[in-house]
Amino acid sequence: MSKVLMKGNEAIAEAAVRAGCLNYFAYPITPQTEVAEYLAKRLPEVGGVFLQGESEVAVSYMIFGASACGERVLTTSSSPGVSLMSEGISYITAAECPAVFVNIMRGGPGLGGILPSQADYFQSTKGGGHGDYRLLCMAPASVQEAVEMVMQAFGLAEKYRNPVMILGDGLIGQMMEPVEFPEKFKAKPSNKDDWATNGMDTRKSNKRNLVKTLYLNPEELNAHNLKLKAKYDRMEREETRFESYNMEGDYTALIVSYGTMSRVCRTAIDILKADGLEVGMLRPQSLFPFPVKAIYEAAAKQSCEVVFSIEMSMGQMMEDVERSVCGLRPVHWYGKCGGEVPTPEEVMDVVRSIVK
Amino acid sequence: MAYEHNIDTDGCKGCGLCVSVCPKNVLEISNQVNVKGYFPAYQARPEDCIFCAICCTMCPDVAITISEIEEEAAAQKQTEDQDE
Amino acid sequence: MGKTFKRPEALADTTTHYCPGCTHGVAHRLVAEVIDELGIRGRTVGIAPVGCAVLMYNYFTFDFQEAAHGRAPAMATGIKRVRPDLVVFTYQGDGDLASIGLSEIVHAANRGEKFTTIFINNAVYGMTGGQMAPTTMPEQRTTTSPFGRKTEFTGMPIKVAELLAALTTPGYITRQTLISPKYINRSKKAIKKAFQYQLENRCFSLVELISTCPTNWGMTPIDALKWAEDKMLPYFKLGDYKLPEEN
Repeated sequence: MSKVLMKGNEAIAEAAVRAGCLNYFAYPITPQTEVAEYLAKRLPEVGGVFLQGESEVAVSYMIFGASACGERVLTTSSSPGVSLMSEGISYITAAECPAVFVNIMRGGPGLGGILPSQADYFQSTKGGGHGDYRLLCMAPASVQEAVEMVMQAFGLAEKYRNPVMILGDGLIGQMMEPVEFPEKFKAKPSNKDDWATNGMDTRKSNKRNLVKTLYLNPEELNAHNLKLKAKYDRMEREETRFESYNMEGDYTALIVSYGTMSRVCRTAIDILKADGLEVGMLRPQSLFPFPVKAIYEAAAKQSCEVVFSIEMSMGQMMEDVERSVCGLRPVHWYGKCGGEVPTPEEVMDVVRSIVK
Repeated sequence: MAYEHNIDTDGCKGCGLCVSVCPKNVLEISNQVNVKGYFPAYQARPEDCIFCAICCTMCPDVAITISEIEEEAAAQKQTEDQDE
Repeated sequence: MGKTFKRPEALADTTTHYCPGCTHGVAHRLVAEVIDELGIRGRTVGIAPVGCAVLMYNYFTFDFQEAAHGRAPAMATGIKRVRPDLVVFTYQGDGDLASIGLSEIVHAANRGEKFTTIFINNAVYGMTGGQMAPTTMPEQRTTTSPFGRKTEFTGMPIKVAELLAALTTPGYITRQTLISPKYINRSKKAIKKAFQYQLENRCFSLVELISTCPTNWGMTPIDALKWAEDKMLPYFKLGDYKLPEEN
């Protein structure tokens, strides 16, 4: 298969189509609007459905309705828009409907800025909406990885009957890299007759389906929450993903970093290595479930003296790194926000300032 | 064609809307409480009922139904009602 | 002389939680009768609101989704766009449609989404205990307008049928009422017409139904019918506000 040079947002859009998702509802917001513009042209080519909704609030419920009647759906947005979708996401998760969300993160809080950040970590992994729910949250570090994660997301969403969040950032969305769309990542369609409101005639059944989230009886609601929790526990067992860099031998420091930030750290690690300082990096690819055990084991290496959480936020992932390290090593945070991206030199300076 | 008018006594909430719309003044609210604690409607003058179904149309609870029955059974029922 | 009358198949054989004399029950039955008569139960999906009718899915025998407050038209849009063969309707009250959900209904109507909305206008928020609604009448007392709605502070009641009819996208927008058998029969015709337009894939349709809320109006069911007739009908005038043939 030959590779194509594509802008991240457009590659993400094409990935959904290749994964058999032909339904897209969205609202424009920088820096991800190209997804909508691409699909506005592409979906009619494949007989798909494209609709620009009136707000992200409305879009999140269009996603809910379409998913609940058994169709694969995608929406994309950026930080403030995802805040607006948070109520809908809580509902979709409570209703156990599959859907794929992509957040191309920008500077926040509030209207913030339009340049990349990683400041929606809490929103994506600790719930942006209300209630006990989790999103299966994955963070690509390249356009190719974004493509693969988006393609896989539809199958994962259906496996768990839960929304999946792909957490990108403005860099992933805007930069151009060579990509391919391997067939192997495309999930087969699944049968949803058990639960979807796709019409009794479609199911050839006299039993109707109901998609709801209201459980007035506390015992029923507790039982429902336990059922959801069992899914999240299963995600922790089966969907934890991470990548190690320069961890084969001994290393004095461990960096935990994800997404495009990890690419900057990789460069810093290479330069430090040439200078004689070994630094390893554990790059979470799943943010929920978080690679708690892998980070602990990486920090526990005899040679490792200190752990760094390096991110484009004011320390959101830091808290998960700390709980993973569990007091074994000191954990330091470094980051920049608002659209500023740390340079390899800044990362190197931070590491050198702590490691003597 | 003969008809039978039936009020689901335990489904009726005693709202009185059927009583207010019956063109033949057939219906009244009973003084016998039902299992839910409501005083349901009943046919006080069933012989005047013309089976127009206006009460059925007004009823929010589908507590009133009208079904077709055989002529003989209708006559039998009429006799029974009058005896009561 | 005479006719039969029975529970429609689309209406579940159960008692409802609605108050005695609440016209929700009538509206539900009319929708169910229309669905039976059109033979579409097997491909209908209803969308329940948040309001007194939040549990309405328990009263029907076909596929249902439960929406967040005000968002039913967005969910209906999602379903109808991906499965245009399904018959989709939303059923919403004053808060759901005319307050939090005003953007969703206006945009769905403006895009001409081919679903049907049944709008229950009873001038109050019922489920939450009788607060003021955008449709509450001037001087009407509610728990959040205990001295009566003061229009100099809160404006005039919103006329949803007129508002939506002002959009230029073709649609069927009508206002009917459930306060007497004569009007109930007209309401049923309007509901059937709305679903028929959907079956023709013709346009968006909305049937506003002036309804009563005896409990939160503090009246008997019979007095509530009278109050709706005397106070609401002169302001919320009945009739067809938009027909798809017009544009």
